[in-house]
Amino acid sequence: MDWLQNIDWFSILKCFVTGGLICVIGQILIDKTKLTPARILVIFVTTGVILGALGIYQYIVDFAGAGATVPLTGFGYNLAKGAIKAVKEVGILGAFTGGVTAAAGGIAAAIFFGYIASLISKPKMKKE
Amino acid sequence: MKKLGKQTIKFDNPPCITEVASIVGPKEANGPLAKYFDQCLEDEFWGEKTWEKSESKIIKETVNMVIAKSGIPVSDIEYCFAGDLLNQCISSSFGLRELNMPFLGIFGACSTFVEGLSLGAIMIEACSQNVLCAASSHFCSAEKQFRFPLELGNQRPQTSQWTVTGAGSAVLSKNGSGPYITHITSGKIVDMGIKDANNMGAAMAPAALDTLICHFKDTGRSPNYYDAIITGDLGHVGKEILIELAQSQGYNIKSNYNDCGVLIFDREKQDTHSGGSGCGCCATVFSGYFFKQLKDKKIKRLLLIATGALTNSTSTQQGESIPGIAHAVSIEI
Repeated sequence: MDWLQNIDWFSILKCFVTGGLICVIGQILIDKTKLTPARILVIFVTTGVILGALGIYQYIVDFAGAGATVPLTGFGYNLAKGAIKAVKEVGILGAFTGGVTAAAGGIAAAIFFGYIASLISKPKMKKE
Repeated sequence: MKKLGKQTIKFDNPPCITEVASIVGPKEANGPLAKYFDQCLEDEFWGEKTWEKSESKIIKETVNMVIAKSGIPVSDIEYCFAGDLLNQCISSSFGLRELNMPFLGIFGACSTFVEGLSLGAIMIEACSQNVLCAASSHFCSAEKQFRFPLELGNQRPQTSQWTVTGAGSAVLSKNGSGPYITHITSGKIVDMGIKDANNMGAAMAPAALDTLICHFKDTGRSPNYYDAIITGDLGHVGKEILIELAQSQGYNIKSNYNDCGVLIFDREKQDTHSGGSGCGCCATVFSGYFFKQLKDKKIKRLLLIATGALTNSTSTQQGESIPGIAHAVSIEI
């Protein structure tokens, strides 16, 4: 049971609350505005890119870890971070290659697991 | 037949609604009107591979059922008017391709069923003995086409309506014991500039009002002439709007007015938000519930106003507003 004592419960709490708050913003946008889910999705990614490029999102990531990197804004942050890093390494071309390179794992995994899910499951009617 | 006023036709020999049939999906089968439908399906696929195929099967079987129930040989039914919500009306044209009778595909969005009854009645008065009318919709195929893929699992706003899975059909005949279609009032396109695809009721209510008032003016009737005034799929939101709009124009419809979209689901138990919608909503509720009420003479004078939102997925994405339409038939026994 040693591993149990090694868990940093406080950082889990920070992670949970931060990730939850980002989702709450999304829920408010769904309920209180006429924005479609697709637009909210784009707004989240773009916000992540902008906050990432300005260096602000890094503070949230340092504070909350996966609570900040797993939500969609984290994807935007990753794109910005990758682009900045690649520009430093290979010059201006990196602005175009860096973002997707950094996010490649996430994109490929989404397509792969999406494909697997489509093979083993069937879409159903909503319950409510 | 004779034209009354601007938009109404009065029939000299009112066509008879000889028989009706309805098949609905699982959600409707759990609703308050379940016992009135001819058949309730247990799952939304009905053994087919896709929702589109399932919807075609629903309209096909509904049409077969109404023909069988009417006892009229298929060869004696001269025309078929049918439509649905899918692009190019594929549910009805694919579902009814083996019907082997002159087919007139129609699109009036959710007003299609009454549009079919109107055209069918004119056809009977003009030159036919028996005519078939049908309309269908399917929750899953409609969500996929008009809103979002079901796989996305997005949340539905409170004003949104639930597309009815089901089809209704009717056989109209020159002779019969009623109920009869005595008048039809064909609606104009009314666009009040509403752009929210999740609030169809508000977009269609002004069109329903326009047709309602026009019907009263053309026929000289008043709201209390009818035992029931029923709109197709305004839902809870649109129903309230229509009552208010009618009141402001001096027509009190509060006591005898209701909406098929409100009746077909239990709002509290089924969490369908603003109620049912779709071609199948008006078609199944009339074919299932109101036809029996008319036959039993519990309702003797019915004004059925089917409402439609003449929108498509491209126009919504391009930010266009939603033009509404409403067609009325006066059915009496």
